[in-house]
Amino acid sequence: MGRYIARRLLLTIPVLIGASFLIFAMVYALPGDPIRALAGDRPLSQAVMAQLRDEFNLTDPLWLQYVKYVGDLVQGDLGTDFRGRPVLDTILLRLPVTVRLAVVAIAFEVLIGVVAGVLAGIRKNGFFDNLVLVSTTVIVSIPILVLAFVSQFVFGLQLGLFPIAGTTQGWYSYLLPGLVLASGSLAYVARLTRTSIAENMRADYVRTARAKGLPNKTVIVRHTLRNSLIPVVTFIGADIGTLMGGAIVTETVFNLPGIGRAVFDSVRAQEGAVVVGIVTLMVFFFIFFNLVVDVLYAVLDPRIRYD
Amino acid sequence: MTDQQQKDLQHDEVQAGTTTGLAAPSVDVTSSRQNSLWSDAWGQLRRSAIFWTGAVLGVIFVSMALFPSLFARGVDPRDCDLANSKGTPSAAHWLGFDQQGCDYLANVVYGARNSLLIGVLGVLGVLLLGVVVGAIAGFYGRLTDSVLSRIADIFYALPLILGALVLLRVGPSTGLPVISERGPGAVAVALAAFGWMTAMRLVRSQVIAVKSSDYVAAARAMGASDFRILVRHILPNAVAPVLVYATITIGVLIAAEATLTFLGVGLQPPAISWGLQIAQGQSLLRTAPHLVLFPSIILTLTVMAFILMGDALRDALDPRQRS
Repeated sequence: MGRYIARRLLLTIPVLIGASFLIFAMVYALPGDPIRALAGDRPLSQAVMAQLRDEFNLTDPLWLQYVKYVGDLVQGDLGTDFRGRPVLDTILLRLPVTVRLAVVAIAFEVLIGVVAGVLAGIRKNGFFDNLVLVSTTVIVSIPILVLAFVSQFVFGLQLGLFPIAGTTQGWYSYLLPGLVLASGSLAYVARLTRTSIAENMRADYVRTARAKGLPNKTVIVRHTLRNSLIPVVTFIGADIGTLMGGAIVTETVFNLPGIGRAVFDSVRAQEGAVVVGIVTLMVFFFIFFNLVVDVLYAVLDPRIRYD
Repeated sequence: MTDQQQKDLQHDEVQAGTTTGLAAPSVDVTSSRQNSLWSDAWGQLRRSAIFWTGAVLGVIFVSMALFPSLFARGVDPRDCDLANSKGTPSAAHWLGFDQQGCDYLANVVYGARNSLLIGVLGVLGVLLLGVVVGAIAGFYGRLTDSVLSRIADIFYALPLILGALVLLRVGPSTGLPVISERGPGAVAVALAAFGWMTAMRLVRSQVIAVKSSDYVAAARAMGASDFRILVRHILPNAVAPVLVYATITIGVLIAAEATLTFLGVGLQPPAISWGLQIAQGQSLLRTAPHLVLFPSIILTLTVMAFILMGDALRDALDPRQRS
């Protein structure tokens, strides 16, 4: 297991470098001259502009800029934006919002997705099963953008139950955006749980458990559920990594100051250093949680062994 | 009568030089050709309510994209009168008016063309990249496969919307042919550039699964070139899963286009697009909610059409799910 983790960790390095270089290369092809834009109405002298360009390595060729960037990165320096504010500060300020949003979304996936999937799976082709199948198909088809506005309109404006923007009401403000963000994965979790439970209900060990006279509840909770939830737990684990990077739309519509919103604002404002810093972090989360899930798989299911 | 009994009976009859008719096979298997995967799938699709729901919606939206004036009741979407600004739906104007006083039904209907165009072009791009890279990686294996798979990993780690957002923001300054014009082509290219990886993995795994089959070795022994082996003998195996994936992906890319346009990097005014309509209606959600609701409903139904068709196709093409 230790060797497996070490090998996987080594394999993440080229992906991390490749993804950040890809974004770096695109971002530094951004239009316009950020230094001139920074100066605004009062034009800077040629000497000051040259010095600023030098400071942000804007005169170097692209690959050298990137090498210098990575050199600073491994020392924990993510650079500064053009106003002189360290990128790391922006990330540390914005990250808690995104983490809270992801936590709420995961909670919905577990509470609604897993429960609906279990209820559907234990009575396959029953009324509830069909209800779950139809509603998950509908939910998957609704773009997050649409779901965000419709829920804002219905639950925020019409019913007045939830705030529709900002984080002024603490965790309560995260409920509606969290549900919207979770919707797609929630439907997938419900389906995955349903399929997995329905499959395991026919397994030999479930028949054995019934044959030795265990009550229905014990058979389902102790025997079927435990095995069926392995793929679900791993999907949810990997989804944490996706949610950390996929909240651009939700954070924009609900006006939550998280890293998704920050990266969107920075792309528009041509803040290259912020974009590259946050995207690299997002890619890191994505890779990290996928690795955790693969390791978790072997821990949860003794039939799987690496090495 | 079991096969063995029948065989025995036939043997006995031949030995005895008589025929009773009992030995004749009850079903003539030689004359009716065994059903192919596709005719079986069609048989199943025909009976699927999910498929027909998706197909009917799909036909409606495709004809809406091709002949918008039929659905817009002949109204020109750019024929506007500010006096009608934010007018609510009425018998004459079913979906009311937008802020500029343009007939909203006409605007929503004319938005179908760009959405479907980008969805279809985007999927063609995804398939082109995915099939070519996946086939090369799976067929040649070893170092080629490692390098191409790592490149796919890199793209896979970047969320689709994020990658396309950055590319489209940078696009106009690059001076590259399609991507620098802020039209449907640029959006389709950006979506394909960051969305080809799943198709690549799908094709790669199919190629690996069949490339060591005997019939591939036979084709090679007869002197077929790599290209011919791939195109004639290996890739046809991947058609079914790729078709399912492509159908669903059209819907996913249509939703992605609306999102990118909403974020301000996709289609630009005066183009007519559901993403733009939602973005413009956003600030008027309190006073004129129909401006967000109508394009949202049509967008959702369009996405749903392709997802339903894809779901039904997946069920029909997977023989293991058949009872």
